[in-house]
Amino acid sequence: MVDKSGGHSRIKQVTRRAFVLGGVQAALIAGLAGRLYQLQVVEGERYRVLADDNRISFQLLPPPRGRIFDRFGQPLAANRQNYRLILVPEQAGDLEPALQALAALVPMGEQERARILREAGRKRSFVPITVRENLSWREVSRIEVSAPDLPGVIIEVGENRHYDYGAKAAHLIGYVGAVSENELQEGDPVLSLPGFRVGKTGVERIFESGLRGKAGSRQVEVNAVGRIIRELERDEGQPGDDHVLSVDMGLQDYAMARMGEESAAAAVLDVHTGEVLTLASTPAYDPNSFTTGISSTEWKSLIEHPRFPLTNKVISGQYPPGSTFKMIVALAALESGELTPQNSFFCPGHLTLGDTKFHCWRRGGHGRVDMELALEKSCDVYFYEAAKRVGIERIGEMARRFGFGSPVGIELPGEKGGLVPSNEWKKKQHGVSWQLGETLIVGIGQGFMLATPMQLAVMAARIANGGIAVRPTLVRSIYRDGTPVPRPRDAAPTMNISPAHLAVVQNGMRRVVNSPGGTAFRARIDEPEFAMAGKTGSAQVRRISKREREEGVRKNQDRIWKYRDHALFVGYAPLEAPRYAAAVVVEHGGGGSTVAAPIVRDILHEAQRRDPIGRTPAQQVTASRIGGPASVPSDAPLLDLRRKIS
Amino acid sequence: MTLAINQERPGFSLLERVLHMNWAFVLLVCCPAFVGFLMLYSAAGGNIDPWAKSQMMRFGVGFCLMLTVALIDLRFWMRAAYWCYGLAFIMLVAVELLGATAMGAQRWVAIGPVQLQPSELMKIALILALARYFHGVSFEDIGRIRVFVLPLLLILLPVALVLRQPDLGTAILLVLGGASVLFLAGMRLWKLGLAAAGVIGAVPVAWQFLRDYQKSRVLTFLDPGSDPLGAGYHILQSKIALGSGGVFGKGFMQGSQAHLNFLPEKQTDFIFTMLAEELGLVGALGTLVLYLAIIFFGTIIALRSHNQFGRLLALGVVVTFFLYVFVNVGMVMGLMPVVGVPLPLISYGGSAMLSLLTGFGFVLNVWIYRDLRIGRRAGSPPPRGPS
Repeated sequence: MVDKSGGHSRIKQVTRRAFVLGGVQAALIAGLAGRLYQLQVVEGERYRVLADDNRISFQLLPPPRGRIFDRFGQPLAANRQNYRLILVPEQAGDLEPALQALAALVPMGEQERARILREAGRKRSFVPITVRENLSWREVSRIEVSAPDLPGVIIEVGENRHYDYGAKAAHLIGYVGAVSENELQEGDPVLSLPGFRVGKTGVERIFESGLRGKAGSRQVEVNAVGRIIRELERDEGQPGDDHVLSVDMGLQDYAMARMGEESAAAAVLDVHTGEVLTLASTPAYDPNSFTTGISSTEWKSLIEHPRFPLTNKVISGQYPPGSTFKMIVALAALESGELTPQNSFFCPGHLTLGDTKFHCWRRGGHGRVDMELALEKSCDVYFYEAAKRVGIERIGEMARRFGFGSPVGIELPGEKGGLVPSNEWKKKQHGVSWQLGETLIVGIGQGFMLATPMQLAVMAARIANGGIAVRPTLVRSIYRDGTPVPRPRDAAPTMNISPAHLAVVQNGMRRVVNSPGGTAFRARIDEPEFAMAGKTGSAQVRRISKREREEGVRKNQDRIWKYRDHALFVGYAPLEAPRYAAAVVVEHGGGGSTVAAPIVRDILHEAQRRDPIGRTPAQQVTASRIGGPASVPSDAPLLDLRRKIS
Repeated sequence: MTLAINQERPGFSLLERVLHMNWAFVLLVCCPAFVGFLMLYSAAGGNIDPWAKSQMMRFGVGFCLMLTVALIDLRFWMRAAYWCYGLAFIMLVAVELLGATAMGAQRWVAIGPVQLQPSELMKIALILALARYFHGVSFEDIGRIRVFVLPLLLILLPVALVLRQPDLGTAILLVLGGASVLFLAGMRLWKLGLAAAGVIGAVPVAWQFLRDYQKSRVLTFLDPGSDPLGAGYHILQSKIALGSGGVFGKGFMQGSQAHLNFLPEKQTDFIFTMLAEELGLVGALGTLVLYLAIIFFGTIIALRSHNQFGRLLALGVVVTFFLYVFVNVGMVMGLMPVVGVPLPLISYGGSAMLSLLTGFGFVLNVWIYRDLRIGRRAGSPPPRGPS
């Protein structure tokens, strides 16, 4: 079928070439199929993981922090809802006009605006910035109403730590603050959540891990611009443990008020268990200022305050124990056999050693005194004599048995150990040998000897309980999800001190307060069932020169504050079967008998009147109070690192 | 049921033509369109709005257009071939002058309420014109170079215009579609190679015409991992969607990549990705087999024709159809730069659908007139009787 146009050949050629082209097309489509196989079967698993990475976003849910209660269930630290104003620069567009619009709703200073702009400049544009915390309800509603006109503005509900008792338990509870760089190294991912707070001091710091709990998490499905479509999985985590302290907030409150403006420290212990009932340090600060960020002026005034409100003087203040140390010297003398209770010395008002005169506080002297009378009158010469015989090493050993010289191990940060000097210590520290005169000075609790008020309270408790080495503790019980966490506690060991010897010291302490000649007779408790025993102490902060002594020592009140003696008193009550031990130090307060003893009297009287030990609430009462609904964790803002598709 | 062709008469009656229609091929062409409706329904999250419904309406219009084109006398189309080309060309120029800009490219011209993409029409018009031209070229003349001057111009003029728009995808389709017709018409391979070399030589020149986003797309294609959050994002997300589909897919309307908007343009250029994500390797291969079947039967129809115009026309349409498939699927799988070619009959969009259905109208027309012999000189009556 060949026509003259060559149609047949043309047709054959087209057919041939059509087959070639058809083959090429089929081959290329087969190639596409091969590629499909490679993507969907060979590499399918890898892409499935990538697709899940795309759509699933992992979020941490901050656990609600455990609460802190006193022994009767009074909330000392709780969580309060806190409305924060968050701005996401990426969504807000131009920041200046956005802030302008916000400023019309929540008053905003020039400084604050500058801070936000600075922060926005530093961070990447999708990272939310906290504009303001602790919004009032009015502000929240104002912002919510105008929300459609404010792109990128989010109100977020978080939790704030709140301390109902404010400054009254500040040193005890401590406070929480923003996570520092160092703390971030710890590695718990919850720490990097914006606005997360950790304990900075006090119980908040020491029990941080339990109070913090374990972060929950949730997996949400997000779309390409990061909007949450649905929640896939949720792990609630572990809310922080509730901690019940041994402290009686009523007594603590009373002690704080009683010490008033003084720079002072007070501790009250249960003599049998070592439980801390009161731990008061004045002046104090309001921990609530710290949780939301303290202003620089407030911080400065705290730092520059002459009476150091930030220091917990109960465990961090170290003072010469003065005459309150005389019980230790007496026990060292009795236990070593150097003295019997009946041995007596004549006190002419001073003791001469070599060419140095060691004065008794009473210029005229006490005459002949035995041990109990020496304690009652706080005769210095008797204890110079006793110390000389016993020697510094045996005094030091007895002091350490009573808890001096090293931290007593209370559950609080920053505890100091005080100082029990020895020959070895002095050589190491000062490079010279111990002098006998220094032993005499330590015999009246002065010189190198240093103790914290907590150590003094522990000493009083151990004398009162008949020589059981109780240790102070703050936490009575811990509740996880409302059920108590068992906490094994070893019984305190006995100190192996002869009861007869302890009885001598106890008798001396009883006479200090209750004998008309005692140094603290004026601070006695008249109700016999509440009567206390104790020992006064006045610690010189400055050496009295010979000339001053000749001219007549100036009274404390006449000296300027920082040169006045520290006033100390340790005591316990009641006399029969003691339960409460207390120690008070008033910095530069003057005399122990006139300043410190009345405070201890009032605190011990109040303690026995309230009787927190005898009145320990039934376990269920505490539990029901504590097992109440913990606040719900708030959802943290979604930090999505994915960029929008443009 | 071949009807005897009466060469005496200029054509059949309308009824004869309807009876002659290749209804199997019509049905085959409908299959991908139905797949498309399903995928657009899924893309809208289980809703026929906004895409599936209007796509169905467009398909309805296109379907009627296809049958109309099929039923008009083949010789009319032969006579009108150059006119069609000229009309499409004028519209292309018009786009330059008064076209609206969409997606950063001037591609649309508004004729009343209808927005038309002349570049899509041009793909079919070019095939029509080339088939018409080579119908008139004798077997002896096919070896001469001068014969190819006009066809090359026919191809390159619209290519230059669409490159200016700029529309890289259409340019590629025009060049490859035209070249295929030249090849089928009998152009020597070495000459074709020479022309290809010329085109490749013109690439640096053409590069100057490309917009920045097009340049970055090409560069991203060459190294997709270089910028996973920037220009490479689309290809990467498309591959993740495809790969994560696995053998059986995530299920209809269950594609996380598509429905959470990680996949760009899921209803248009990247609809194959969504299909592969939701229906897996099984669904994707099934779709490819469907396309292959259309190509195969289209080729058979072309080869059954006894006239050169019909053969070249049908083959040209089929090759153009293949090029759509290959470029689109290759592009979403990261084998090719993202150049903006829709998946034929499935992607949402009117112009490509209309021009492809028009093209299939021609294929059907070629089938109806498969036994018609047409003389080499245009308009001249065929030689009488068997020769």
